[in-house]
Amino acid sequence: MELLVASAIGILTAGGLYLVLRLRTFPVILGISLLTYAVNVFLFASGRLTTGAPPILRDGAEVYTDPLPQALVLTAIVISFGMTAVVVMISLGAFLGSDDDHVDDQPETDEDVSEGTS
Amino acid sequence: MTHWIVAPIILPAFVAAFVILAARYHIGIQRVFSVSSVLALIAIASGLAWQAADGTITLYQMGDWAAPFGIVLVADQLSTLMVLLTAVMALFVLLYVIGSGWDDRGRHFHALFQFQLMGIMGAFLTGDLFNLFVFFEVLLIASYGLMIHAGGNARLRAGVQYVLFNLIGSTLFLFALGSIYAETGTLNMADLANRVALIGAEETVGIRVAAVLLLLVFAIKAAIVPLHFWLPSSYAEAPAPVAALFAIMTKVGAYAIIRVYTMIFPPDLDITSGLHDLWLLPAALVTLAIGMIGVLAAQKLDRLVAFSIIGSMGMVMVSISLFTPAGIAAALYYIVHSTLAGAALFLIVDLVRTGRANLNLTPQPPAAGHALTAALFFIAAIAMAGLPPLSGFLGKLLILAAAFDTDLVVWIWVIVLGSSLISIVGFARAGSVLFWKAHSLEATDEADAMPRPAALSYVAVGGLIALLAAHTIFAGQVHGYTTAIAAQLFDPDPYIATVLDAPGKLSTPKGDH
Repeated sequence: MELLVASAIGILTAGGLYLVLRLRTFPVILGISLLTYAVNVFLFASGRLTTGAPPILRDGAEVYTDPLPQALVLTAIVISFGMTAVVVMISLGAFLGSDDDHVDDQPETDEDVSEGTS
Repeated sequence: MTHWIVAPIILPAFVAAFVILAARYHIGIQRVFSVSSVLALIAIASGLAWQAADGTITLYQMGDWAAPFGIVLVADQLSTLMVLLTAVMALFVLLYVIGSGWDDRGRHFHALFQFQLMGIMGAFLTGDLFNLFVFFEVLLIASYGLMIHAGGNARLRAGVQYVLFNLIGSTLFLFALGSIYAETGTLNMADLANRVALIGAEETVGIRVAAVLLLLVFAIKAAIVPLHFWLPSSYAEAPAPVAALFAIMTKVGAYAIIRVYTMIFPPDLDITSGLHDLWLLPAALVTLAIGMIGVLAAQKLDRLVAFSIIGSMGMVMVSISLFTPAGIAAALYYIVHSTLAGAALFLIVDLVRTGRANLNLTPQPPAAGHALTAALFFIAAIAMAGLPPLSGFLGKLLILAAAFDTDLVVWIWVIVLGSSLISIVGFARAGSVLFWKAHSLEATDEADAMPRPAALSYVAVGGLIALLAAHTIFAGQVHGYTTAIAAQLFDPDPYIATVLDAPGKLSTPKGDH
């Protein structure tokens, strides 16, 4: 199971990084979403992987999983969800305003060159 | 236990919510509440700083949970100084915003401003790394709103870049926190300081990765080369008063580096040896050089000031990365100076903009209030470039003196002095083009029709410059105080003892955790 989780984090991160390095907002936002998924699983795994155990200490429980990473992941999910919503709205505004969804700075003069670079 | 420590976080949060819910259509009421909130923050911050001034470290346990389990706020000399600096700077920025009417050009300025203050104050006061992440997000999400305040295509585009860059930074922060938690099982700073010191020499891979990741995150916030690319266009395109407020945000990164890398990963710790002097110091020197070269190369006034912010962060980081008490003391003196000078410069950029068609560094006819704006620019540029008699010069002297005993003394002196010269040339060129050559042109009707900046705007800029002057006149006392702060930072045992030994819910007897 460690291998599965580790490779899932790795693949998500790699895909996310690739997409983040694109030049247009849509793939970049998708890439950031993938990265946040990866980091959520990573945070979850930071308390060691234990299956079928309660996340609390109680009388009679022999094994338990660390509850703190689950709380951290919950916070991280909420924050990244909100941030993604914000960035989608701002990029939509920028795209509708300037009819161009490049992330990088475009020279102000040569607008023809900017096509086909993504 | 005093409850005042949490007030700098709670007060802006309540005022922001009140402004949004009850006063969203009344700009007058919003202004009254915003200014009163900042005034109250200054009072509270002064009280906290007074309390911490003799070296007392005050602890606040959220919900009375004891330290490694609950979240704590800690008010020591460093954090109260930064809180006070933020509150004072926020007052002048707010006065400028009201004077220039920026808050009326878009909606919810005051609510976002208060949320931003809440995030900054929380980041300075918290004693928990994950809580630091949360407050970073609070200040960032407010800054996203402020950054695109009043709209416009160029601003929205720069806003997209800014948000995306910071989202990647936040993800990196979470990766760093995850690896720290996996290695140590705690995220409380004081507890971490204890546990990291216990990690054996053979199993340091994870914690070293975490230390570097964390440094990268803070370097993004502090705009250290090569992670500075977000800063110039964001700060230049943001509304000028917002950029002035952002001058404190880079300092949040510097504060976090000082805090974490003196307490959790101190320079004499074996597992992170080399991180401070081998990596951070050269990066800081390059930041300084690139910032000041950017000042010389900038074609627009707002970019010029943004690059001078990068340069001053480089100066701060050079001094921090010495990681000696003298270096940290000099850095803190310079942080206060460069926050005030950077904020003043951004406000002056806006004063210049009100009388001109654009901010290109080309001569344009003089506008109303030209002479006063020129004088303010002259003083602020002297401060930022580090010429005598203002505090930038004293700060640089302190940094040069602190670097005197290090191995890289030649490099540090050459780059600090060389970049100062370059920035002087850059500011002199900008000033002469903007203000002197303007008089060679005939005043047009268009320029006469431009509105004169409001008196309150000049009061705000003048107030910041008066603070710079006070920072210079009382340099001895201020430097004495920053030296005391540095001494407290390099002796973290009282901090750790205060945090971990305070009784609360779930607390264990001393020495048992």
